[in-house]
Amino acid sequence: MTFSDWIAEPVNWAFLAMAIPMVVAALRVVTSRNVVHAALFLVLALAASAGLFILLSAEFVAWVLVLVYIGAVVVLFLFGIMITRAPIGRETNLSHDTRWPAAAAALGVFAVTFWLINGVTQQIGGFGDPLPAVGRATPTGILGEGFINRYLIPFEAVGFVLLAALIGGITLARKDLTPAEEEEGARV
Amino acid sequence: MSLELTFWWLLAIKLAVAAAVVPVIGMVIGYAEMKLSAHMQSRVGPYFAGGRFGWAQLIADGVKFIQKEDIIPEKADRPVFKWAPALVMLGTMALLVIVPLHPSSRYGIVRDLEVGIFYALAISSVSTIGVLMAGWSSANKYSMIGGLRAAGQLIAYELPLVLATVGVVIQAGTMSMQGIVSAQVAQGWPFALTQFIGFAIFMIATLAELTRLPFDMPIAESELVMGYVTEYSGFRFLFFFLAEFANMFSMSVIAATLFLGGYGLWGINPETLLSPIILFAKVGVLVFLMIWLRWTLPRLREDQLQTLAWKWLIPISILNIIVTAVLKVVI
Repeated sequence: MTFSDWIAEPVNWAFLAMAIPMVVAALRVVTSRNVVHAALFLVLALAASAGLFILLSAEFVAWVLVLVYIGAVVVLFLFGIMITRAPIGRETNLSHDTRWPAAAAALGVFAVTFWLINGVTQQIGGFGDPLPAVGRATPTGILGEGFINRYLIPFEAVGFVLLAALIGGITLARKDLTPAEEEEGARV
Repeated sequence: MSLELTFWWLLAIKLAVAAAVVPVIGMVIGYAEMKLSAHMQSRVGPYFAGGRFGWAQLIADGVKFIQKEDIIPEKADRPVFKWAPALVMLGTMALLVIVPLHPSSRYGIVRDLEVGIFYALAISSVSTIGVLMAGWSSANKYSMIGGLRAAGQLIAYELPLVLATVGVVIQAGTMSMQGIVSAQVAQGWPFALTQFIGFAIFMIATLAELTRLPFDMPIAESELVMGYVTEYSGFRFLFFFLAEFANMFSMSVIAATLFLGGYGLWGINPETLLSPIILFAKVGVLVFLMIWLRWTLPRLREDQLQTLAWKWLIPISILNIIVTAVLKVVI
């Protein structure tokens, strides 16, 4: 398919209308000089990806993204930022010292994921039996049956991994105070 | 293009109507609130505007708001400050898209989504971001605390709101708004009879989501001036003002659809033009209830509000889901 064929398709216009703002917003999340702005660009990126899911007829997933990520996770981010520190205007010390290793790690994760998905789908010729295609938005009932019948074990496994990641995150972020510091904290 | 143009025209007209509904509904409910609150307090309320009963009061107010100067505080974060009311309004307008007025899917609704009620709950949660944006970008401590209170409250009451609807979805076997109404029309009685716990929790959570008394700590005027709307004036303030009243309407429509049978009523054929009138009558009752509660109950304390949500409403609604699911399988 040439580019002119691709661009002649109206649905690809819709794709571009979602994808370009999404990429720009995602870049602004990490380059923004204000931490609240970064969180708000994350809202934009998530909203655009919800739009992409709608283009793929995955209506339920799209609205889950809106309800859980925009409505709860980002609200929690914003709440946390605002309750601790949220100055208006630019900040100078937002960038971490290890930003280049972090960028390399992110690129590495992207490359591995891309390689895996690309390779596996070519090898097995798609994602196994797809859910019944109906030509319009996937009915939620079929999705639910898929979750608790056919894909129950992967679903549980993902849940387990996420729980482990959550506990790991808490352990890493937590800083055990020395008795002297604890006393200091109690006085403040 | 395989779709015929008439579909798009019809959709455009429906969207235009849904957008025009917000100011009209805002004015009607705003006027009702003024008059009812006045009579509940042995006052007369608006009296002169428009000649009789002060019916033109809200139109005059609207004109006043529009011609006022649009003030943006100097220290404010300008883009965020400007976009916050738009985001609040977006959450409000998008809700009206799935209101089922009539069984005919061609004229009765803008778009009947398969995920209907789930869409409504998801899109209404976007307003929370707008409230937080307004609170933060105003560069005002009152706004900030108001925004934080609002966010804490909206997070806490989002859960019982979502959980309370699950019982209805289990009973109806669908999430589509049209599907839920036709399930009630088919069985002849509204879900409020079996889901009365869900109905009560839904209405309480709705009041909290709307930040109306007895849950109006985010804009508690005796403590926070006006909370997150303190710095807003002119038409940006009008956006918040209209969004509150339009949200009262749309949340009442959702409650009426889920629990009170929507446009259905005993012994009346839902195919007639009476259907929207029946729905609006039910919505009117619920809106009156909200206004009545606002002018009757005192404000809760912040800790009482959080206790009510996390320790009472959420466990009760989860129990309600379990009981409904078991009964659905057993009966």
